[in-house]
Amino acid sequence: MDLQLVRDRLAGKRGRDYWQALDQLAEEEPFREWVRGEWPSVAEGFLDPVGRRGFLKTMGASLALAGLGACTRQPREAILPYARDPEDMIPGRPEYFATSIPLMGAGLGVLVESHMGRPTKIEGNPDHPSSLGAADAIAQAAVLDLYDPDRSQVVLRAGRIDSMSNFLGDLRQQLDVQRSKGGIGLRVLTGTVTSPTLARQLRELRAELPQMKWHQWEPVNRDAARAGALAAFGRDVATRYDLSRADVVVALDADFLAVGPARVRHARDFAARRDRDGEAGMNRLYAVEPRPTVTGAQADHRVPLRASRVPAFARALLAAVRGADAGDLAGLGPKPGWIAALARDLRRAGPRAAVLAGEGQPPEVHALVHVLHAELGSVGTTVELTDPVEPEPVDQAASVRELCDDMRAGAVEVLVMLGGNPVYDAPYDVGFEAALDRVPFRVHWGLQEDETSQRCHWHVPAAHFLEAWSDARAHDGTVGIVQPLIAPLYAGISDHEMVAALAGRPGVTGYELVRETWAAEVGDAELELWWQRALHDGVAAGTRLDPVDPGAPREPGAGQGVAPEGLELVLYPDPTVWDGRFANNGWLQECPKPITLQTWDNAALVAPATAERLGVETGDVVRLRTTERLLDVPVMVVPGVAGDVLALSLGYGRRHAGRLAEGAGVDAFQLRAADAAWVVPGVEARAGHGRRKLVTTQDHHSMEGRDLVRVQPAAAPLVAARHGADEHGSGDAHAAEGHAPGEHGAAAEAAGGHGDTSIYPPHPLDNRATGEGYAWGMVIDLNACLGCNACQVACQSENNVPVVGREEVALGREMHWIRVDRYFEEQEGETRVLNQPVPCMHCENAPCEVVCPVGATVHGPEGLNEMVYNRCVGTRYCSNNCPYKVRRFNFYRYVDDEPSVALQRNPDVTVRTRGVMEKCTYCVQRINQGRIGAKREDRELRDGEVQTACQATCPASAIHFGDLNDPGSRVSRLRERPEHYAILEELNTKPRTTYLARFTNRNPEIEAL
Amino acid sequence: MTDRAPTVDPGPAPGASPAGEEFIAPGHSLESVTDKISHLVLTRRTPRGWWIGFAISFLLAMLLVPSVGVLLAKGTGVWGLNVPVGWAFAIINFVWWIGIGHAGTLISAILLLLRQEWRTSINRFAEAMTLFAVTCAGLYPLLHMGRPWLFYWLLPYPNTMGTWPQFRSPLVWDVFAVTTYATVSALFWYVGLIPDFATLRDRAKSLPFKRVYGILALGWRGAARHWDRYETAYLLLAGLATPLVVSVHTVVSFDFAAGIVPGWHATIFPPYFVAGAIFAGFAMVLTLAIPLRQFYDLGDFITRRHLENMGKVLLATGLIVAYGYAMEFFFGWYSGSEYEHSMLSNRLSGPYRNYFFALMVCNVLAPQLLWIKRCRTHMGWLFLVAMFVNVGMWLERFVIVVVSLSRDFLPSSWDLYEPTKWDWGLYVGTIGLFLTLIFLFIRFLPVISIFEMRTLAPQSSEGNGDEADEAADREGGAS
Repeated sequence: MDLQLVRDRLAGKRGRDYWQALDQLAEEEPFREWVRGEWPSVAEGFLDPVGRRGFLKTMGASLALAGLGACTRQPREAILPYARDPEDMIPGRPEYFATSIPLMGAGLGVLVESHMGRPTKIEGNPDHPSSLGAADAIAQAAVLDLYDPDRSQVVLRAGRIDSMSNFLGDLRQQLDVQRSKGGIGLRVLTGTVTSPTLARQLRELRAELPQMKWHQWEPVNRDAARAGALAAFGRDVATRYDLSRADVVVALDADFLAVGPARVRHARDFAARRDRDGEAGMNRLYAVEPRPTVTGAQADHRVPLRASRVPAFARALLAAVRGADAGDLAGLGPKPGWIAALARDLRRAGPRAAVLAGEGQPPEVHALVHVLHAELGSVGTTVELTDPVEPEPVDQAASVRELCDDMRAGAVEVLVMLGGNPVYDAPYDVGFEAALDRVPFRVHWGLQEDETSQRCHWHVPAAHFLEAWSDARAHDGTVGIVQPLIAPLYAGISDHEMVAALAGRPGVTGYELVRETWAAEVGDAELELWWQRALHDGVAAGTRLDPVDPGAPREPGAGQGVAPEGLELVLYPDPTVWDGRFANNGWLQECPKPITLQTWDNAALVAPATAERLGVETGDVVRLRTTERLLDVPVMVVPGVAGDVLALSLGYGRRHAGRLAEGAGVDAFQLRAADAAWVVPGVEARAGHGRRKLVTTQDHHSMEGRDLVRVQPAAAPLVAARHGADEHGSGDAHAAEGHAPGEHGAAAEAAGGHGDTSIYPPHPLDNRATGEGYAWGMVIDLNACLGCNACQVACQSENNVPVVGREEVALGREMHWIRVDRYFEEQEGETRVLNQPVPCMHCENAPCEVVCPVGATVHGPEGLNEMVYNRCVGTRYCSNNCPYKVRRFNFYRYVDDEPSVALQRNPDVTVRTRGVMEKCTYCVQRINQGRIGAKREDRELRDGEVQTACQATCPASAIHFGDLNDPGSRVSRLRERPEHYAILEELNTKPRTTYLARFTNRNPEIEAL
Repeated sequence: MTDRAPTVDPGPAPGASPAGEEFIAPGHSLESVTDKISHLVLTRRTPRGWWIGFAISFLLAMLLVPSVGVLLAKGTGVWGLNVPVGWAFAIINFVWWIGIGHAGTLISAILLLLRQEWRTSINRFAEAMTLFAVTCAGLYPLLHMGRPWLFYWLLPYPNTMGTWPQFRSPLVWDVFAVTTYATVSALFWYVGLIPDFATLRDRAKSLPFKRVYGILALGWRGAARHWDRYETAYLLLAGLATPLVVSVHTVVSFDFAAGIVPGWHATIFPPYFVAGAIFAGFAMVLTLAIPLRQFYDLGDFITRRHLENMGKVLLATGLIVAYGYAMEFFFGWYSGSEYEHSMLSNRLSGPYRNYFFALMVCNVLAPQLLWIKRCRTHMGWLFLVAMFVNVGMWLERFVIVVVSLSRDFLPSSWDLYEPTKWDWGLYVGTIGLFLTLIFLFIRFLPVISIFEMRTLAPQSSEGNGDEADEAADREGGAS
């Protein structure tokens, strides 16, 4: 025996096999003899198991060289190098794949950017009806989940690492028993399922094992909408809105611009109708809601109303629309006659009106909305009724309750949980956690080891949606194929493969399973072409659900009657971590929540008056006492919350979820019962339970009378907003002098721009001055901006912006290159929320440039204020001198060294080190990529060809970017509009990023009240 | 040889002038002056007080080790900085120390040129103070950078990167101003010490001391040629140093005045900063001189008259500074700019208002005591006022740097700054370093210029062969 022999014996063995072979070898006498000859000293301890172990460990590596042949991880199967590149694959150039994100009960179509096989960035898919090219913050952050180092990576048996084959063996045993009993003890628990393949698989499984049960539970579901439809029509229908056709929109506690499967589409359609000069005219939004929402911030009339009063409001509105006098319903509208005025406005709009009810409202309100639509005749124009998008919609609260009852009764022998985290998020009164312990065989399949997996016998890691094949229906039913961009990073398998294993077909790939479904739908012959089109486009043509006619809606009977008095607690899905599943996502944790701008925590939002009555201020911890439960919650005072309401978001207080999630916020699920899922009446709040420092990205909430966000009534002729332009003279010449757009001398613009009063000539290399070449500029339409913060996450993933953590945000060191400033303004008794995205202004006279001692921030000929990271020594003078405070400093080495997180980085953007200043670059890498492409085709860049990351993702299309030297470009034309202005232009910074003022379209009748 | 009276700056014959008597106690001869001052260094047993003071100072200085170490290891984030407050303690302390240094230069150079002979007894340690203060100040601009190891990128030196400093930045001006200042101060101080090094060399008992002082004395023998050249060099250096008194703090003030931050962007800053620097510097000279005089029994040389004069300078510069505050407010209001208005109201009623009111008490109210002669000549009162001013000038920089930055143009960015233990550690550490250097200086170098003091002794009017020439010089200078 010699070394070569040993190597030959081990050749071709990997992993477990390798060690087994090595162990076997150690048992053999010739090997021992060889060891004695080669390493006498080691041989002494060879018989001692501990000593041998050490020896094998040491030797394992060197012997393994033979087995593997090289140090790299290569598969055993024959592989081929890129002697010839795959078609279209250019090293260094990203590729884009269309796929869908299953989220909030439907698929959102996205395009995923992939660099040499690494998915790095998620953007909307323009062909997908739910996206139209946009994506929200949560969808974009999903790519970070793929690389989450705390993701579940291995199969666990009772918390210890085990193998997939052992799991499958164990499962087979259990299933064999079940199969003999028709599956009577088998339960499968899923979230909301919209995947046709998963539904097909589960139905087939149920056909095979008729006694098994399939339960669905997801904390944010459409139980209320479903029950409302059942009450109104006797059958479940989904309501699909076309807000681009709606003139008057009423949101009844409905945050339709930020929540729900159609949120992104709603935002696009709604924002398109905010254009004062658009063909269809500007729409008008009324919002009645218990807490300030993204939607409420857009409203022309917003009424803070206790959630429990909204049903009564809806009834009064219906009555008023029918012509009854609703003025007697005191306390519902803000003023007498308010509801009547709203009703008249709705009647005027007629079919072009839309009323939306929020998921937090009881079925009664949803049913009333159906009646209202019928009354107004909106069905067919702004509203369409379709079959539900889910293949098997159920009352999820009832479903999970039934499961728990079965578990308690001992009827459940095998429980397979496909995703979800019911131990954490099931209603407390169904007693999921306690009941679970009575199930003798519990399996959890999920992306993370969580509260539920901890209590299961087996935990199987899930493949991320970027690693697996699947399919998902969009909000309108359109099917999108989910295609993987990367092989599973860890041992994860998809839910389809899990169900296949349950069905006794382990090893069948997700690819085969999804194709099976669609082969059955479209026919084997057509499949290949259909499949390729669907993969390429991200949508399967012709799968949109057709409207149905469920008949005339019945008016629902009165609900609980008199709304309860006293404090009420309103629960809502968190705008960033949702129901808790994104709690370990750093981008989302650090993304400021709309309106509150809170990060890393949740808090009970209360109105200032309520806070005063309770004797608390922001940061005070109160003890909430419901009829059955207690919870200590920090309070945040936010104007716009209805009186005597505490609003608390779900998804925090995770007990077992990863490094970022644990210790963040409080667990609102503790107070969430099945029958009071969103509104908990009769809550007591006692102050005096300590304080918690709440972390927000903005500490001052008033504009201090400064001309920052301009708001003008849409109906009024345009004047220079407040004092900005005329007082300081330099800026908005059109508005100040009443010039018509375009009248302003283009020559003066070209010669240095905007009525320049500087004694200095423009820089000779400045393209804006010479009028040649590109001169980049950005116009942000505040009228469209929702303040949803999607742009922040887009920027973060595009530009490798680090996550700094709770403590650093508390110190004011967040790194976002674009932020959305939010101001509160009291107007006519309403609290108005004003949002203003602020990226770098790329000033033509940039105050930052002159003060840098080393020339690390310099001006490019195209107007970009460029940061030279390598040159920066970190004096921070530029940041001090930036009046917009858009510069961000690496106070520490913020960049995450976690290897898996590093995979996400955009290779086109430098990763910044400690001690270096950074800021928005207008996505210079995208400009350059576009420029290179255009040059190859020997042409100029077309308008809109280069899109910044924030612009591309904006659901409301509020951000416009382009060439100011091209008079026909969109930005140039927008800059001619009378509502165009720059902030702090009196400083003569001449910012390239400018704004369009916001309009309000208030109802004159209500104004007159 | 060294007994020969120097020819520099004799002033009016002190023996004859009643005013002169007040700058040196009666009864001193050339011999006794030399004895008394060199005794402190050479023969006197190191007093226990010195050891205690030195130990405390040294311990404080050792705070620099962790403060700088942690800073370099982890990054600027160990301080309480954020966006918008990108500068705080480091810049405050830098300006504070640089300001303190100014009094030394003023006393040595300008008072020399103005022939204010009373400066003689205080110029040596005022200059030392300058040097040590500049040493402390110099640490901060280096350490406050995000990447301190690249500090040399601020210097214009030919390099393969083809880069150059950006000369429009006041920070580059700062580099030149401060390095020039440090160099000239060090030279001035050292040149002034040379004759005294020779005295110490000649009087030292132990060989190592003889050697060290001998090297430092650069072969000084007190020859007429030496004195002649010395005098020329000293005057030249004084001439060089004089504009620096004005220029350094002017440039430092540009760091702020050239910025656009409300509260920084003001034309009054250069004179206001220079006056403030002298104000701070004299306060620190008093802070050092009064205990020194007390513990080392130097009342003969640092007389009440000295202290009173310094008190007068303190009062005068304090009034200029107060005028500066008033003008800051006036022009803030007069500008009509809402940002300036808001800056003023932020100072008066913002979250840092207590700092502002403390500043007013320290810098405006406290010095008014010096109108009273009894306070001006009373050690305790003077010391108290000086301490108020030391604190007040630090507060002034805090108000300018932090309070202005914390609330500038966009209210969305407003944020507060809170110093961390490392902020304080570095600050206290430099105070420790300063005091340590001062203690070493007291122990090893003549704290008062021996040869210059001797010109004040009555004897010096005799035996000075050049007196006629001197008188002619004086008249020439005066005419």
